[in-house]
Amino acid sequence: MTRPTDFTLRGALDALAARDVSAEELTRAHLRAIEALNPRLNAFVAITGERALEQARASDARRARGDAGPLEGAPLGIKDLFCTEGVATTAGSRILGSFVPPYESTVTANLLRDGAVFLGKTNLDEFAMGSSNTTSAAGPVENPWNRRNDPDARLVPGGSSGGSAAAVAARLALGATATDTGGSIRQPAAFCGIAGVKPTYGRCSRWGVVAFASSLDQAGPMARTVEDCAILLRSMSGFDPKDSTSADVLVPDFAAACGRSVRGLRIGVPEEYRLDGMPAEIEALWRQGLDWLREAGAETVEISLPHTKYALPTYYIVAPAEASSNLARYDGVRYGLRVEDRGGDLRDLYERTRAVGFGAEVKRRIMIGTYVLSAGYYDAYYLKAQKVRALIKRDFDEAFSPSGARVDAIVTPATPSAAFGMDEKQDDPVTMYLNDVFTVTANLAGLPGISVPAGLDAQGLPLGLQVVGRAFDEETVFAVGAALERAAAFEALPAVRAGA
Amino acid sequence: MSLDADTVRRVASLARIRMEPAELSRMEAELNGILGWVEQLQAVPTEGVEPMAGGGAVSLRLREDAVADGGRPEAVLANAPDREGPYFGVPKVVE
Repeated sequence: MTRPTDFTLRGALDALAARDVSAEELTRAHLRAIEALNPRLNAFVAITGERALEQARASDARRARGDAGPLEGAPLGIKDLFCTEGVATTAGSRILGSFVPPYESTVTANLLRDGAVFLGKTNLDEFAMGSSNTTSAAGPVENPWNRRNDPDARLVPGGSSGGSAAAVAARLALGATATDTGGSIRQPAAFCGIAGVKPTYGRCSRWGVVAFASSLDQAGPMARTVEDCAILLRSMSGFDPKDSTSADVLVPDFAAACGRSVRGLRIGVPEEYRLDGMPAEIEALWRQGLDWLREAGAETVEISLPHTKYALPTYYIVAPAEASSNLARYDGVRYGLRVEDRGGDLRDLYERTRAVGFGAEVKRRIMIGTYVLSAGYYDAYYLKAQKVRALIKRDFDEAFSPSGARVDAIVTPATPSAAFGMDEKQDDPVTMYLNDVFTVTANLAGLPGISVPAGLDAQGLPLGLQVVGRAFDEETVFAVGAALERAAAFEALPAVRAGA
Repeated sequence: MSLDADTVRRVASLARIRMEPAELSRMEAELNGILGWVEQLQAVPTEGVEPMAGGGAVSLRLREDAVADGGRPEAVLANAPDREGPYFGVPKVVE
C-alpha cells in the first residue's frame, strides 16, 4: 500500500473514497512527518494537530454518512497570510503579535466547506514580501532539495510562499494554499520541484487574506501535480460579494482541462524573455519544453512583449505604493503588537510600534511606497508606473488577440535560476527582486499562470517552466501545464522528505 | 532624482516609522539604489496612455447601500492591545 504521505491529492481522494485509508490515518501520517522534519525545514509556523485530528474525524464521519465533499479528508497546509478563525495568523511579521482572527478567509472557508483538513499555518516572507523566505519573523525556511556537489549548503525554498512549497515538496502536506503578488507561488514552486498556480486576478476572493498589494495579490494552490492544483483551485475559487474585485464568473472543472489535448494550440514564445546571462540549462529546458509541446501537436510562435523589461521597475513602484497604504493599518491600537514609551503620545506609539514590528524589507517597501505617493512625486513615479503597467497589459492583449499573434498560451522559464543558498543575494535588494523577472508580468496584467517542474540543473536542483494564459482561461493553462508535466515525467525527489 | 537625508527623514515620519540615525542613512542608500533602478521607466513614452489602476475588471460593481455585517463589538475588540470598556485604549490625545 502507498505510504500516506506519498499520495498525490488525487490518489489520496481515490483511496479515501475506496476506504483504503481514513482521513484520520492520512492526517496522523502527515502530522508525524511534520513533527519529524519541521524542526529542520521550518515550513510550518504553527501546527494545529488537535484541530486537524478533530477535522479528520468529522470528515470520516461525513464520508460514512455518504456526505463527502470534493476535498473530503485531504490534509493541507495554509499559508499564514490567510486568516483562520480561532488560529493565530502572523503574516510572518512581529507586528501582528498574538492576533487571532475572529473570522475565516473566504478561500479557507471554501476549502473547509469541501471537506479539507488543515494541518497548520505555513511560513512565508514577512507580509509576502520576498523571494527567498528569509524575511519571516519566524525564521527562514529551508528548501528540502540539496545540491549534488554541495549537499550541506542550505538553500532557500523561494518566496514568499516558501513554507507552503517546502511542506508540499517534503510531503508534509498533500497541497497548500499560497498567494502570488509578483511570483510568490510560481517561483517557490519552481525552486522546490512542485506545481503552483497563480489564477486570474479576481478568480479567488482576497477577503480575509492579509493584504500586500491589492491590485496584484491573488491566492492560488500548490501541489505535487498539475491535476492536484486543478482540484484545489476549483474549491478555492468562486464569486465572493465581500471582495469588490471578485469576479462573478463560472468556476469550470479545472481537473477535466488537464486531460485536454494541446493539438492545434498556438504557443507564444516571447523573445524578450531570453535574458543576457541566463544559465544555458534554463534556455535549454525552455527549448525542450517547446519541443515537447510541438510533439504533442501544438504550434509554437515567436512573439514580442516589448515592455517586458519595464515590468520589474513598474512592480517596484506599484506594489510598494499599495503596500504602504495597506500596511498603514498596523498602528498598535486595534490589534497586534503595541510598543509604547511611558509618557509618549499617540504618534510616538505608532512610530515605536511600527519600528519594532516591521522587518527591514517591509520598512524599505513602505518607505518607497510612501515616497512615490507623496506630493510632488506622485506623477513622476506612481502615475508613470500605472501607465507603463497599461502598456505591459496591452502587450499581452495583442499577443492573445485574433488581430495580433493569436496565441492561446505563452510558455517561458519560471525563474532565471535554480534555488540559491540562504546566504546569497541578501546584500542588494534589487538583486533579490530580479528573481521575479519572468513571473511579475502576469500579476501586472492580471493573467493566470502556472509553474510546472520540468527538469533538473547540473546540481540536481529542480527547474520549472511557466505557462501564462488569457484572463479566466485557466483551463488552457492547465491543459498546457499538464502536457508539459506528462512529457517531462519529472520524478526526482528532494533529499529531505517524509519516509526518506 | 536622488533622496537626501532630510527627505528620508521626512518620508519615515510620513510612514510613522521611528528610525535611528544609522538606520536612516542605511535606508537612504537602499532607497537611492531602488529609485535609481526604477528611473528607467522615464524612458518609456506614455503620452495618451490611460493609467491602469486595478488588477482586473475596469468597473467595480455596486451593491445595495445596506448594513451587511456588524453589531459584534466583542469580536472587534477581542484583539485590542489595550481596552477600556467598549473602547480601544490609547495614550491621552487631548489635554
